[in-house]
Amino acid sequence: MTTPSLVLELKQVCKHFPGVKALQNVDLRLFAGEVHALLGENGAGKSTLIKVMTGALAKSSGDIYFNGQQCHFASPAAAQRAGISTVYQEVNLLPNLSVAQNLFLGHEPRRFGLIQHKKMQQQAQQLLLRFKLNIDVTAPLAQYSVAVQQLIAIARGVAMSAKVLVLDEPTASLDSSEVQMLFDVMRQLREQGVAIVFITHFLEQVYQISDRITVLRNGSKVGEYLTADLPRSQLIEAMLGKELQQLTQQQAATAVAKQAEPLLVLQQISVKGSLSDISLTVAKGQAVGLAGLLGSGRTEVCRAVYGVDVLSGGEIQFGGKTLILQQPADAIKAGIALCPEERKTEGIIGPLSIRENIMLALQARRGWWRYLPVKQQQQLAAFYIDKLQIATPDADKPIEQLSGGNQQKVILARWLAINPQLLILDEPTRGIDIGAHAEIVLLIKSLCQQGMSLLVTSSELEELVAFAGKVVVLRDRQKVTELSGDNMTAQHIMQAIAEG
Amino acid sequence: MKQTQPCADSLQQARLARYSPGSTKASARYLWPLAALILLLAANLLLDASFFQLSFQDGRLYGSLIDILNRSAPVALLAIGMSLVIATGGIDLSVGAVMAIAGSICANLLLQADLPLVLVITAGLATGIAAGLINGTLVSYLRIQPIVATLLLMVAGRGVAQLINQGQIVTFLRPDFAWLGSGSWLGVPVPVWLVIAMFGLSQLLLRRTALGLFIEAVGCNATASRYLGINDKAIKLFVYAFAGFCAALAGMISAADIQGSDANNAGLWLELDAILAVVIGGAALSGGRFSLLLSVIGVLIIQSLSTTIIVSGLPAKFNLLIKALVVLLVLLLQSDKFRRQLSSWLPKLRKWRKGGQA
Repeated sequence: MTTPSLVLELKQVCKHFPGVKALQNVDLRLFAGEVHALLGENGAGKSTLIKVMTGALAKSSGDIYFNGQQCHFASPAAAQRAGISTVYQEVNLLPNLSVAQNLFLGHEPRRFGLIQHKKMQQQAQQLLLRFKLNIDVTAPLAQYSVAVQQLIAIARGVAMSAKVLVLDEPTASLDSSEVQMLFDVMRQLREQGVAIVFITHFLEQVYQISDRITVLRNGSKVGEYLTADLPRSQLIEAMLGKELQQLTQQQAATAVAKQAEPLLVLQQISVKGSLSDISLTVAKGQAVGLAGLLGSGRTEVCRAVYGVDVLSGGEIQFGGKTLILQQPADAIKAGIALCPEERKTEGIIGPLSIRENIMLALQARRGWWRYLPVKQQQQLAAFYIDKLQIATPDADKPIEQLSGGNQQKVILARWLAINPQLLILDEPTRGIDIGAHAEIVLLIKSLCQQGMSLLVTSSELEELVAFAGKVVVLRDRQKVTELSGDNMTAQHIMQAIAEG
Repeated sequence: MKQTQPCADSLQQARLARYSPGSTKASARYLWPLAALILLLAANLLLDASFFQLSFQDGRLYGSLIDILNRSAPVALLAIGMSLVIATGGIDLSVGAVMAIAGSICANLLLQADLPLVLVITAGLATGIAAGLINGTLVSYLRIQPIVATLLLMVAGRGVAQLINQGQIVTFLRPDFAWLGSGSWLGVPVPVWLVIAMFGLSQLLLRRTALGLFIEAVGCNATASRYLGINDKAIKLFVYAFAGFCAALAGMISAADIQGSDANNAGLWLELDAILAVVIGGAALSGGRFSLLLSVIGVLIIQSLSTTIIVSGLPAKFNLLIKALVVLLVLLLQSDKFRRQLSSWLPKLRKWRKGGQA
């Protein structure tokens, strides 16, 4: 093993998008021959950092040093030429082409300008043998499992003689034996002196393979640690933040106060491939938080209760009756509403106006033949624009022109207009600028006080603790524990997430 | 000189529309297609001074304008249906073939002398709806891409029509049915009345209920629409059935016009004219907002263009090429980006001309 030398260094890198500071003064050091885990919750800035590092996005300010020299990558191709290869979460290869073609796409061995297929196949075979993969390189890529495809993508990165290899959630769709196969390759590359950036949501894997950890939160670097020196609970604390004790206390009193009758009861519900045996109860007028890391099943619970995913086992009871949900419309009919996590693709209808986005759910419930008169639509829109302080010059502006926070308020208005019994909020403050963030938290709090039942997921524990009467902790698609009263502190939640 | 005046006004309006938010934008969408139509008609006036003249003979109006309206009737009906399909992000290539099927069904039923007219018409329309339901099922429930799903019926449909006609051109002698294609009422041809009625009824159905809005919502974002409780599959099924209905009506008009059913040629390529008309009307093939009025204006542009080429006395071999060029121009004029580019060239052009004169 070579003595560790600094390969890539990012200093005070910032990246601003309109209305959002995605990265603020982030430092990152990469040494040759190490696996460096880059951790943080969704929206922490990991992908942005990777994109800035590999030339896919231009940085707003800051410096990047590669092998000690200041440099600037204008495109991913430029970064790749310098020796920084990236393997993205979704395998970025061409399924219809052969394995060999995928490996050498863009730099095929040529003679007189013509591709030498024989030579290419031999080289591909040799390359893959280094990864202990003995497969038919002339077969189309799609024939192989995702794990093998992932390895081929990495092999492709290495084939371009990478000095830095970035792996963005390479293990997300692999089973445990496949993960070990990948780790073997990573160890081998590490011994060859490659610096590997490893992004994952699985903390066990971080401790299994990584040497060093950098944690990001809300676009800033929280710290850089040696893996051996960082206990798991401290890691989670670093990822989720901890400045929240004061907020928690004031809530405890109100939470225990009423023991109302249950509204939503989940009895050991399972969804094939995403949830197993989850039971929980939401009482009338209660706010229940769902905590857990990404992939723990929090979004999947929301989707199951809303009828997006169909149950493979268990039962949902709502208001004392068993619900059979085939589609969201069934859930809405029963009195359940959802503000989805993916606001852009599942929430807003971009080109339509604010007014239409607000009235659509109400209209869908009335049925298409009983059109809400335009005058009433305008009153409805004006009422909510005023009540939720939606910042817009008029109600006929297309919703896609609003900022994320205001879009979220419009979606909230959409549901308030039909006054559901249970409102599910999946990451209600994700990707929202600071100002609107606080307003939305206040809004959710006031909904609680008005007695609406809420089911809220959030990766920001301080938020959850602030308005939830009970927090259900999920891990690996299963329920770990339920916290309420004095037990319900961010500290305890973190412990539960870490240890189970 | 007279024609340039409205043009300058409309430029001004467009500029205003771009800078003022929200509601005024909707009216700006009508500007360019309307301007194109008016320009085309004005060009005809230059070519033929009697272009706008109407004469009244035998209880019926005659003239180039009436001719344009009458000839565009089948495509206008198709375009009304196609607007909705395109608004959901789909496309329906089969409407020409559905015209042929509906025509052949009616023609064959009309050969049985004692069948009442109402039954024949109902059978024709039901055929169209059935064909549309097949398309809609393939698209919404079996999730086949619209262009492939409707291509099936585009090819198979004409074959079905040929089978129904047993490979012959089936002709009939029924003045009552022929009236649909060649009759007139209050001086105006019946096909034009049928388009007006269909347009009015569709407008009522779509804009006086929430159906039109639901179609637009599904076209803009089907997932979000489903998440807020709209049955997106049913909406898609409906638009294809609606397009099938419109196609059947168009098919009956053209069968009635020639008093026969020609499975090989009835409605041939008209689906492409209908799609083009919707696009000229400013709709995006990716789905979203629709306007039936704009689509009908698109049809009138296409038809006026064909008439203009004939009136201009150019040899017929130029028709298709000129048609394509003018359509390209209309589409370019609708693009904000192109207009901005154009207006940045204009001052340079003027400067260049001034320099040349000096």
